[in-house]
Amino acid sequence: MNNLIIGQYVPGRSVVHRLDPRTKITIIFFFVIIVFFANSFWSYFVLTLFGLTSMFASKVPMRFMMKGLMPVWFLIVFTFILHLFINKEGTLLIDWSFIKIYSSGVIQGIAISMRFFLLILMTSLLTLTTTPIEITDAVEEMLHPLKRIKFPVHELALMMSISLRFIPTLVQETDKISKAQASRGVDFRTGPVKDRIKAVVPLLVPLFVSAFKRAEELAMAMEARGYQGGEGRTKLRELKLSKLDIWIYCLFICVIIALFLTRHYG
Amino acid sequence: MENKLIEFRNVSFRYTDEQPWVLKDCSFTIYENEWVAIIGHNGSGKSTIAKLMNGLIFPQKGEILIGDKIIDEQTVWEIRREVGMVFQNPDNQFVGTTVQDDVAFGMENRGFPREEMIRLIDESLSAVGMEKYRLTEPYRLSGGQKQRVAIAGVLAISPKVLILDEATSMLDPKGRLEIMETVAHIQTERDLSLITITHDLNEVTQADRVIVMNRGELWKEGTPREIFTEKASLRQIGLDVPFSSTLAEELRRYHIPIEKEPLNHEELLEELWTLHSKM
Amino acid sequence: MDITFKDVSYIYQKNTPFAHKALDRISFHIPSGSFVAIIGHTGSGKSTLIQHLNGLITPSEGEVLIGDVRITNREKPKDMKTLRSQVGVVFQYPEHQLFEETIEKDIAFGPQNFGISEEETNERIKEVLPMVGLSEALLGRSPFDLSGGQMRRVAIAGVLAVKPRVLVLDEPTAGLDPRGQQEIMDMFYQLHQKEQLTTVLVTHSMEDAMKYADHILILNKGKIYMEGRPEDVFTEVEALNKVQLDTPEIIQFMNKFSKRFNMKIPFQRQTPKQLAKQMYHLFKGDERT
Repeated sequence: MNNLIIGQYVPGRSVVHRLDPRTKITIIFFFVIIVFFANSFWSYFVLTLFGLTSMFASKVPMRFMMKGLMPVWFLIVFTFILHLFINKEGTLLIDWSFIKIYSSGVIQGIAISMRFFLLILMTSLLTLTTTPIEITDAVEEMLHPLKRIKFPVHELALMMSISLRFIPTLVQETDKISKAQASRGVDFRTGPVKDRIKAVVPLLVPLFVSAFKRAEELAMAMEARGYQGGEGRTKLRELKLSKLDIWIYCLFICVIIALFLTRHYG
Repeated sequence: MENKLIEFRNVSFRYTDEQPWVLKDCSFTIYENEWVAIIGHNGSGKSTIAKLMNGLIFPQKGEILIGDKIIDEQTVWEIRREVGMVFQNPDNQFVGTTVQDDVAFGMENRGFPREEMIRLIDESLSAVGMEKYRLTEPYRLSGGQKQRVAIAGVLAISPKVLILDEATSMLDPKGRLEIMETVAHIQTERDLSLITITHDLNEVTQADRVIVMNRGELWKEGTPREIFTEKASLRQIGLDVPFSSTLAEELRRYHIPIEKEPLNHEELLEELWTLHSKM
Repeated sequence: MDITFKDVSYIYQKNTPFAHKALDRISFHIPSGSFVAIIGHTGSGKSTLIQHLNGLITPSEGEVLIGDVRITNREKPKDMKTLRSQVGVVFQYPEHQLFEETIEKDIAFGPQNFGISEEETNERIKEVLPMVGLSEALLGRSPFDLSGGQMRRVAIAGVLAVKPRVLVLDEPTAGLDPRGQQEIMDMFYQLHQKEQLTTVLVTHSMEDAMKYADHILILNKGKIYMEGRPEDVFTEVEALNKVQLDTPEIIQFMNKFSKRFNMKIPFQRQTPKQLAKQMYHLFKGDERT
């Protein structure tokens, strides 16, 4: 339990790790958009090159990347097959009784799967190289302008960071209570579904009671430590854009330009 | 020791009008730079006193002064800068995602400039011996370490008094020792009063003065030595007496005339030695 | 019921980079009817060890025998429920496991899971309530209206109502005031004697271990560091200090006393009262010579 990792962050000092989280979020945001503009072999090539380069630059071991992709492999393969069978344009490649596969089906299948792959690759790269608290900080900074329309940016960020802080505590607590109830004869694992659903009550009620108690005590501790909301507060955590970030922005702009240039070729 | 720091004047408190009084007509004073232990059975009103000192709750009757300010809605934020508190459960007061974030929390709330925060984080973490853990996440720390971080967070604000509200009760003996050593060290280094609310007799014997609570009333006030002479009545209100004091009592039954109430083994041995050489 | 551990190891998160050996080839035997205290620092493997006693976890290696139930890595008892009804566990801060609307229902929860009839359960509730020092008038109230100490008593009553043959107590008095601590421990001890239970107490208190246990197990870094009768284990001051454990205060005092006065009083688990008497005779005898 001591080695619980929140999210899927893999510690490191690579270029990608050192980037300002705002840079990472911004780039991924635009990357997600431009992926849908890719329509030619070379434009996909440009994006894939960027994606793979980022992946290698992050120095995150392959198996962690694969783990992130695992749940969506099925989806990628499924969309590929779907396109293969549904698309009836281009030249007929295979004609095997009722299965007919056309060339444009293959191409489109590859293209859509590629899109999927790139999207997942880049977003998981963000969570693999950025701690949840960095993401929280970045979100708070980026949403800052919304404060003017009375959007509770600070409160939202505080809520996120406290939740992150308490996830390991609650995981431990769940383990403890479920063991205590198992010792009192609750069977969480076998028996009919109805009984197993009922078995959740002795787990959930104590969890809620304890979560409320924790919240109450935490609120009191925060008040005792002078917390009065976001007004007049300073921050220890500081986000700073470095030269590295500027270079990466420039690089990304080049990628966008390259993408639009290659859209009509290939 | 002469300057008054906290004064309770006939303070009574209850949570709601229907409930019984948790605290009944309590008056006492705590002076600058002293160490006061507050003891009493569970539900005797000890923790209520701590919460009142910090303005987390307000009394229905009487008044509480910190320095020359009466605690009320207006003064409470100023007062919380002077009265630092560490609570019982190490997990439920750790706000930051890392040690340094948690130490910074109180300073952030008071708008300290960033450079000053960094300096004070280093300073207060080394005061509690946690400087090596600046970037560690809370779930990797032991209970004792978390409580030391909590103390560091309070020290960073430089309060005039540090209240430990059963801060060692959830720790193992090792954690307890860590905290008590830390606290004793800090108290000699800084201008700081210390209020420890506790069941631990070891903590009590180290204090300058003891306040004993019973059923919401101030039962007795005095030095640890004075308090522990009243063994029978202490036991009656559900409290314990240190081993040396218990043994001294038994020895007296065998007509070994131990006069000075011993607070530790050494004092008892010393007294026995004197008596023995006279025999 | 006898409890036997044969070369038991337990590894958390086995086959991952975070694998951590919590128990390392532990062997011991607890005869039926003994009162055993397990002592060790946080992280010494105490809680891992006691979770083996009612099959909450199974050993990674070696075997555990509870009565005639055998638990190994491959062999889980078919009838886990019976085992759990015979081994009652009072966890740390047991009040955290309360969840029912009334105290009565919460105490009845365990017995009913183990298939004890309603009448029998009601009888048992009436039996255990005075033991834990609660009045029947409370039965219809919500457990969440009680004070922390009373909630603890309700939780303990819930474990006792199952009438286990083995009682496992994981720091059952943590956070209580001195009187509460003593009441609860005395209650467990009386029950242990009356029902001839096998009791396993995990504690940080050397005083409690000395007062109640007839056998001590000291764990350090997942291994058994020392084992034996309290009077033998607790007089090994140096060995205990080496792993940063204290001896009971009375022994600390007796050692200082013998150094200062050059008079030896053997440790026989005496109370302060008995010690005072011995000291008195020593002084008197000394006077005569």
